[in-house]
Amino acid sequence: MNEIKDNLASRLFPGLRTKLKGKRGRVVLLVLFLLLIFIVLVSADKGAVEISQQQIFAIVLKNLGINVASDFTVQQEATLIDIRLPRIALGLLVGAALGTSGAAMQGLFRNPLADPGLIGISSGAAFAATAVVIVGDAVSVSLPIIFQLFAFPVAAFLGALATTLIIYRLSTIAGQTAVATLLLAGIAINALAQSFSGFLTFYATDTQIRSLTFWKLGSLGGGNWSSVLAILPFILIPILLFSRVARPLNALLLGESEAGHLGFDIEKVKKLTIVLVALSVGASVAFTGLITFVGLVVPHLLRLVTGPDHRYLLPGSALLGACLLLAADFVARTLVAPAEMPIGVLTAIAGAPFFLWLLLRDRKWRIIH
Amino acid sequence: MENNSLIEAQNITVEIHSRKILEDVSVSINCGEVLAVLGANGAGKSTLRKVLCGDLAPTAGAVSMNGKALDDWTLIERAKARAVLPQDSTLNFPFAVLEVVLMGRAPHVRGTESRKDYEIARAALEAVEAEHLEDRIYPTLSGGERQRVHLARVLAQIWESSATGARYLLLDEPTSNLDLAHQHETLKIARKLAVEGVGLLVILHDLNLAARYADKVMMLKDGKIIAFGSVEEVFTAGIIDETFGVNVSVIKHPFFDCPLIIWRDDADISE
Repeated sequence: MNEIKDNLASRLFPGLRTKLKGKRGRVVLLVLFLLLIFIVLVSADKGAVEISQQQIFAIVLKNLGINVASDFTVQQEATLIDIRLPRIALGLLVGAALGTSGAAMQGLFRNPLADPGLIGISSGAAFAATAVVIVGDAVSVSLPIIFQLFAFPVAAFLGALATTLIIYRLSTIAGQTAVATLLLAGIAINALAQSFSGFLTFYATDTQIRSLTFWKLGSLGGGNWSSVLAILPFILIPILLFSRVARPLNALLLGESEAGHLGFDIEKVKKLTIVLVALSVGASVAFTGLITFVGLVVPHLLRLVTGPDHRYLLPGSALLGACLLLAADFVARTLVAPAEMPIGVLTAIAGAPFFLWLLLRDRKWRIIH
Repeated sequence: MENNSLIEAQNITVEIHSRKILEDVSVSINCGEVLAVLGANGAGKSTLRKVLCGDLAPTAGAVSMNGKALDDWTLIERAKARAVLPQDSTLNFPFAVLEVVLMGRAPHVRGTESRKDYEIARAALEAVEAEHLEDRIYPTLSGGERQRVHLARVLAQIWESSATGARYLLLDEPTSNLDLAHQHETLKIARKLAVEGVGLLVILHDLNLAARYADKVMMLKDGKIIAFGSVEEVFTAGIIDETFGVNVSVIKHPFFDCPLIIWRDDADISE
């Protein structure tokens, strides 16, 4: 019975984890970084228009003002610069955001099943973004494009923030998270957000319905340089600030009062974590829709190797999240080419069985009380 | 300075939903002393511990550490001088045992733990006879092993004397899951720390453990102090009956210089 609970890392490398702990965490981060570069290059390479590695470098250098002797077509250049690279950048940012916010939520709720998608945070963000589309069009806001671009992430952030606070209030009593309540509240909020979205769909025009479907299924297809620039601060700032909550989140896993006894200001940490998660989930949903299960799967895979230490788990989840989302997007746009599969569908196909496996395994862990 | 080496609670009253959990309790944890707090279930022992470490603000009364009000301390300075072992900690994540103990060093660490922090964590594990558990994954441990790991964690937290010199350790039922040998080991550690100058509060259920290892004993019942004084003063048949409602005989311990409390059921004896 006890052996079941031992994690993969300790079974594969008994004793190694604590002895090499610091080094090993850094090695894992380095490996993930290299993997990410590899995936970026492959993603840039393949697609409806083939572009060789050499051509990629030549095109990128040319756009930086350096001319290299290499032939590529105008079509190749346009595909890479205007379509593929912004899409990769968007996938990279959103994957990193989903990975870290999943890891941070699981730390905050002290439960490995807390995923922003499952507990309704993403739905809250999607609902707010949808409302902006419908209501915004209805009152025909004639704001400059840059404000419109920021309206989605800001609305989605507020939606995510409100949902997180509601979920936290509902499921946490005296510092203890009731996991059943957490997941059930997630179901309720997901249902509520869906019915609201349905209600809005009823009043939506055809074009609006198309963008609603986009949010429901998730896609990196909308990626262009202006959306990448708009999303950048919402994701980069949280990722950098998450390092400030890494050690307090470790202590929080012991319990709220225990973390307080160790000198951490837990109320501050909780608030900061919630705002950072809401920022990154809100921005992700605003630009790519509901891409579920990345936040659940990524920290789990990583914990098997690095253990639960958030100092490695959070940056590692950013890297692995980016890797997984880019890989998923690569599959989504090449598997049924020239058509494209919605990426949210793909991550759900892979993620849902993973979630079931976790439930099965955790029945033994008694994580759900 | 010497006189200020204590955690002092004055006239503490805690009221929750207009029910008095503690009523007018005054107590001090002095450096170099082991204070045992005893009482029936629900007597207010853990509530008192929470008030003393700042988890719970009392409805009335004041708590100070080294003569300075507890609220005037920053969390981190408090944590450098005072460690707390709560009754039960839930940790579901697969940390290695050494990582859990290293968390005790948190108030002293900026960024990453140093070699010295690792040395202290290992020494603390050794002190609780758990050095062989170092690489084990915490959730796989037995209840008693977990309790010892957490004891090592709080020991690591106050391993070295603090800036002010004074150190305190509050243990809430540290022996509840332990076998007989480890119950005594735990309290021997407490004694040793007291000799080093640490002030300790230990919540216990076993009267004889308290009689053997404590300097002072407090008896609580329904949130009120029944008795507070030296072991000899407090451990009388009358006070124990008043606190727990049981008949006992208090005799001299055959081997040690302390009282021995024997439970007796007068109904059985009279037969």
